[in-house]
Amino acid sequence: MAKTIIKIDDLKREFRMGDEIVHALNGVSLDIHEGEFVTIMGSSGSGKSTMLNILGCLDSPTSGSYEIDGVPVNSLDRNELATIRNEKIGFIFQSYNLLPRTTAIENVELPLIYNSKISSEERHRRAVEALEMVGLGERLDHTPAQLSGGQQQRVAIARSLVNDPVIILADEATGNLDTRTSYEIMSLFQELNKRGKTIAFVTHEPDIAEFSGRTVILKDGHIIKDEMNTNINDAARELAALPKEAHE
Amino acid sequence: MKTRILNLIKIALKAIVLNKMRTLLTMLGIIIGVASVIAMLAIGEGSKQSIRDEISSMGSNMINIRPGADMRGGVRMNPSEMQSLKLKDYEALKKEASLLAYVTPQVSGSGQSINGANNWPTSIYGVNPEYLDIKIWDLQDGSMFTNAEVRSAAKVAVIGQTVAENLFTDGEDPVGKMIRFNSIPFKIIGVLSEKGESNFGQDQDDVILAPYTTVQKRILAIDYIQSIVASAISEEDAQGAVDEISAILREQHDISGNQEDDFNVFSMDELITTFSSTSEMLTVLLVAIASISLLIGGIGIMNIMYVSVKERTREIGLRMSVGAKGADILLQFLIEAILISVSGGIIGVILGFSATLFIKGFLGWPTIITSYSVIVSFAVCAVTGIFFGWYPARKASALDPITALRYE
Repeated sequence: MAKTIIKIDDLKREFRMGDEIVHALNGVSLDIHEGEFVTIMGSSGSGKSTMLNILGCLDSPTSGSYEIDGVPVNSLDRNELATIRNEKIGFIFQSYNLLPRTTAIENVELPLIYNSKISSEERHRRAVEALEMVGLGERLDHTPAQLSGGQQQRVAIARSLVNDPVIILADEATGNLDTRTSYEIMSLFQELNKRGKTIAFVTHEPDIAEFSGRTVILKDGHIIKDEMNTNINDAARELAALPKEAHE
Repeated sequence: MKTRILNLIKIALKAIVLNKMRTLLTMLGIIIGVASVIAMLAIGEGSKQSIRDEISSMGSNMINIRPGADMRGGVRMNPSEMQSLKLKDYEALKKEASLLAYVTPQVSGSGQSINGANNWPTSIYGVNPEYLDIKIWDLQDGSMFTNAEVRSAAKVAVIGQTVAENLFTDGEDPVGKMIRFNSIPFKIIGVLSEKGESNFGQDQDDVILAPYTTVQKRILAIDYIQSIVASAISEEDAQGAVDEISAILREQHDISGNQEDDFNVFSMDELITTFSSTSEMLTVLLVAIASISLLIGGIGIMNIMYVSVKERTREIGLRMSVGAKGADILLQFLIEAILISVSGGIIGVILGFSATLFIKGFLGWPTIITSYSVIVSFAVCAVTGIFFGWYPARKASALDPITALRYE
């Protein structure tokens, strides 16, 4: 059995909206093991964003326990959570969230800047490696404005890889991209997964979920379905099958 | 820790470089503030020093003794008409005062000086040879009259530059020539070095010096003296000398108990204090105004840091999501504010120096840049950066990463 990266048990998260209490997560239990590629699906309001925020240590649960890489997160303060995010988690956002007017390499170096154990040479070396891994080794000094949407997301993926996290959390990472570019990105994710990266991918597009090994579906704060995908679609093959004119 | 701070400085520097124009405009307040504080202090210090020098050049240890306002049957008399100072007062001071280096009686009159076809209205001062030591005046040519000449009431004179120029228009050497003052002939035995105009607008070269005995007898026909001029043995002893003089003169004039003095003793020290305090007040006022512009500069920094934090809310959210701690964000913005204010301060110091040089060079005002003005304004700058940068930075660091990431 592979190592358990994420272990959550009876997780609840409530929000107070005026007089009403909204149960965004209402008793969720989930384990994610090393090397898994999990998609978390659900319509808007299903609690998937809340779940991702908690998994990413950006938010704390109201009750229930959460362990990441063997570290119980519940009792940690703001600074300790920041350290966990810095060392154990790689984030990818729908809108890339790259720093404008800042080169690709500097964007990728960003997480390591907040880790004073890493020297600037080491930081640079790892950032180049990460950018090469996502196929942007030639564009180290391009700013986001000089890159296409897909390339920007690749930079963001490189940024999520650079601290060698135990899990990559992607929030609608293909949401802003066209079909071809989405498939390119998914193909990259599959490749990273093959190299042993653990990935949790939040989406609401069912065809994207077909590329992952496991699908978790949330509804009204509960997990209503959690199943292994026996027939994993290959993004590279889908990409090849797309009509050429779809891409300019 | 060192690498962490270094990294944060790099981030802050980058933000500054990316917003050059805005940073420069923000700095402008600080630049103007610091530059004006330095320039104002330089002007204030310079005018204070020039007053001090001016007064010192008149003899910093100099003490003037004049007849005082005396009540005679309830009528206050004009001090210049008083005849309360006598030669024996001078002799008493000369003999008894231990803190006086030089002392001379002084009588003066004005009139017309004539040399052939040239004439010039001027003043004649009757003094003894010690007068030059008291005033710290030099002779350019010839010599001062001697005590023997004073005793014999010789008709000899030493003239100032203005008098020399006006009576000897063709540039001939005045020494050895005869001139007439109010129809009394005087032989010129010396010419004073040029002194220029005093701070009070008086031409110090428009003067004729002659033995006081001669002036008393030949010109004024009086037997009293109008004033006594003395100098203390040192600047520190000036006040002691004033007290000593008062005591001697009170005894001479038989003034006892709480009776008012019939003379006045002024030391240059008092003059310096009076004039310095005026210029000091002016300096304080100027610096206060300059400080206000520094304060406004600080508020400018706070304003721009607020905008910057607001504008970069998503960036802050991103930085937090990849592991920046609250302290990292706080320091980043604080360092940015300090960098803006300190570099503004450096430019301000440079500008303050140039403004001061300009004022000195083109307006001819005396200026002195003191190191404390540079240090103080620079320190105020750094403190301004911390003070006004703190609140926006604190606000940035307290942001919730999720909210910040979603901020549009």
